[in-house]
Amino acid sequence: MFSNPDLLHFIFGRLSIDSIPMFHEPIVAVTFAAVVLGGLVVVGALTYFRLWGYLWNEWITSIDHKKIGIMYIILAIVMLLRGFADALMMRAQQAIAFGDVAGYLPPDHYDQIFTAHGVIMIFFVAMPLVTGLMNFVVPLQIGARDVAFPFLNNFSFWMTTCGAVLIMASLFVGEFAKTGWLAYPPLSDIVYSPGVGVDYYIWALQIAGVGTLLSGVNLIVTIVKMRAPGMSMMKMPVFTWTSLCTNILIVAAFPVLTAVLVLLGLDRYADTNFFTNDLGGNAMMYINLIWIWGHPEVYILILPAFGVFSEVVSTFCRKRLFGYSSMVYATVVITILSYIVWLHHFFTMGSGASVNAFFGITTMIISIPTGAKVFNWLFTMYKGRISFDVPMLWTIGFMLTFVIGGMTGVMLAVPPADFVLHNSLFLIAHFHNVIIGGVVFGMFAGIVYWFPKAFGFKLDEFWGKMSFWLWTIGFYFAFMPLYVLGLMGVTRRMSHFDDPSLQIWFVIAAFGAVLIAGGIGSFLMSIVVAVINREKLRDETGDPWGGRTLEWSTSSPPPAYNFAFTPVVHELDAWADMKKRGFVRPTSGFIDIHMPKNTGAGFILAAISLVLGFALVWHIWWLAAVSFIVLVVGAIAHTFNYDRDYHIPADEVVKTEDERTALLAKQQA
Amino acid sequence: MSAHSHAHDDHHGDGASHGTFKSYLIGFILSVILTAIPFWLVMDGVLDSKVATALWIMGLGVVQIVVHMIYFLHMNTKSEGGWNMLALIFTIVIVAIAIAGSLWVMYHLNTNMMPQMDHEMIKSFG
Repeated sequence: MFSNPDLLHFIFGRLSIDSIPMFHEPIVAVTFAAVVLGGLVVVGALTYFRLWGYLWNEWITSIDHKKIGIMYIILAIVMLLRGFADALMMRAQQAIAFGDVAGYLPPDHYDQIFTAHGVIMIFFVAMPLVTGLMNFVVPLQIGARDVAFPFLNNFSFWMTTCGAVLIMASLFVGEFAKTGWLAYPPLSDIVYSPGVGVDYYIWALQIAGVGTLLSGVNLIVTIVKMRAPGMSMMKMPVFTWTSLCTNILIVAAFPVLTAVLVLLGLDRYADTNFFTNDLGGNAMMYINLIWIWGHPEVYILILPAFGVFSEVVSTFCRKRLFGYSSMVYATVVITILSYIVWLHHFFTMGSGASVNAFFGITTMIISIPTGAKVFNWLFTMYKGRISFDVPMLWTIGFMLTFVIGGMTGVMLAVPPADFVLHNSLFLIAHFHNVIIGGVVFGMFAGIVYWFPKAFGFKLDEFWGKMSFWLWTIGFYFAFMPLYVLGLMGVTRRMSHFDDPSLQIWFVIAAFGAVLIAGGIGSFLMSIVVAVINREKLRDETGDPWGGRTLEWSTSSPPPAYNFAFTPVVHELDAWADMKKRGFVRPTSGFIDIHMPKNTGAGFILAAISLVLGFALVWHIWWLAAVSFIVLVVGAIAHTFNYDRDYHIPADEVVKTEDERTALLAKQQA
Repeated sequence: MSAHSHAHDDHHGDGASHGTFKSYLIGFILSVILTAIPFWLVMDGVLDSKVATALWIMGLGVVQIVVHMIYFLHMNTKSEGGWNMLALIFTIVIVAIAIAGSLWVMYHLNTNMMPQMDHEMIKSFG
């Protein structure tokens, strides 16, 4: 058989024993060994404690929006560790690779690392964090029992996860793209990137993109159609508003990414010439199109964070959010404006003065609603009774840090300044400033804030504060030097420098990265310590922070059906209003509750998509054809499954609600 | 449910018609005609200019979209409490921004950075 290369090629496509880099790259080999060992321990533990059935029945097949939200966030935290490991490797390399010292990473490997870092952090850390939080919180905030399309939700999650798995596979089988996180052609064309790296990139993002798009549709419909009676648009919590706008952005922007990647894929697989150097191809069109998606994408990430800060600020200052309607309008204006700024990512490409001036001005305009939001948060704090719990610390840290990032953003929006700063470390410092200071801080604030709702006990406060301080101080140490270096003209994505006078700045930045590592470690510690001390940290009221919105009116963790009776909303901040008017929780009259049933279809379809993606990456055409047919047939077959719902019997509801009544009575006694 | 979407389970209360055999047939016939014309334009080379052919195809494509929205998606200004109309307007705005913006940006980029390109394109269109 080994004497027949044609047959081997037919069976395995481009895949061969040489594709496994761990035989010639020691760093990958050690990582692989660690992953295999860790994986074996996890599998062993799951088997030993007989958890496979539990995992399958309660989590993998679950269509409960709360569990899916939690799984999204677990995925994000796992991928954060991978993406951050890449960051530490880059920082270490840049801190030592000066003059005669080549550093420990060959350029070929370094290029894969910075590409993987960007792709993972945006698509598989920030996006799942945002989607996970929206999934968990939105139905609870609007008084719904689940999202509009529960099965789709499960499917979306597993598609996102399978995209992440494909990216992780590239670490051990083959290679990842060396093109930077947006894979600009002509570098990403088949001529200059003949390997599998860009194909991994394309198919991982296409698979995950299906999940993102479907979850966007799902949440829009949920918010538009399933609000509790009385909750008009202008009585929706701000987080729900920002979620609505984010999901509208997702639905409008992600198809552009899908289309661009299809065209790039055609260039690579079918010899078309959309973005090639000759035969009429135009690489600039790729850059134009991908930023039509890319700019809305950054607002997709930041808007939910703005929503979290709005909830946290009003809760921990014990008062209504200042300027609710201006907050809503600012969010909507940002949603629209985010579509007319994309060219500021490529001022230097040569569109000329008139085009650059237009996009420079729109970019400056979009900072106005964002600024209005910052003032709203400040005025909410003004004369509020502020309690400095961990979510509030993240919020204050955000306000200080994000404003600096916003200001450097406006600097970059000036086209002549951008000609100096484009693709320099100043840009890197700027977008890490807004993404860490905005999105990451926001998601940490949200996780700490809603954790007791999800699990019934608070996170450990000491480690939470450690995490906040290490992240914040670490951020300044890691990225302020990059601003300095960028102003000196140092460009991004370098694996080696000649000028030894720059080294001290990179050493400071590496120190900052180590502090951030401590911040991530402290965050994980805050979970571990909280699980150990969960009895002490338990929240029996369901409302540990004195919350203002509907999710705090139910128990922690909420029952599968969220609300035994759908709440009726009269005011903004519905739960604060209910508490003020002396709301009495109904304790009788429960009826059967109609709920969707778990299904394994989402997991199975996503797993087949993963096989399809892998086959396409390696040109294993027979496997691609088979898995594609199975995928389509499976999806159609699933639509004939009419056994999708069940009723939680009234007895069970009574039992659950009585337990809660007893708990609440114990509180008051 | 909000005022917009009372009666979640009642699909008849949402202001959208469900279509009749006649309306589906009209939609189908219009779609076939609107698909046949572009084929005819290309296969028989009816128009001398390739640019004009391309523009005709795109124009017929837009009409096709409208036909689908009316006859197959049953969209009108009142369906789903006006949300469909709002979504449609938003979509049109975004698509218009993306297309007009891209044409504007790419025109300037081509003029400034690839002066040989327009020439080649004109030649290839004949």
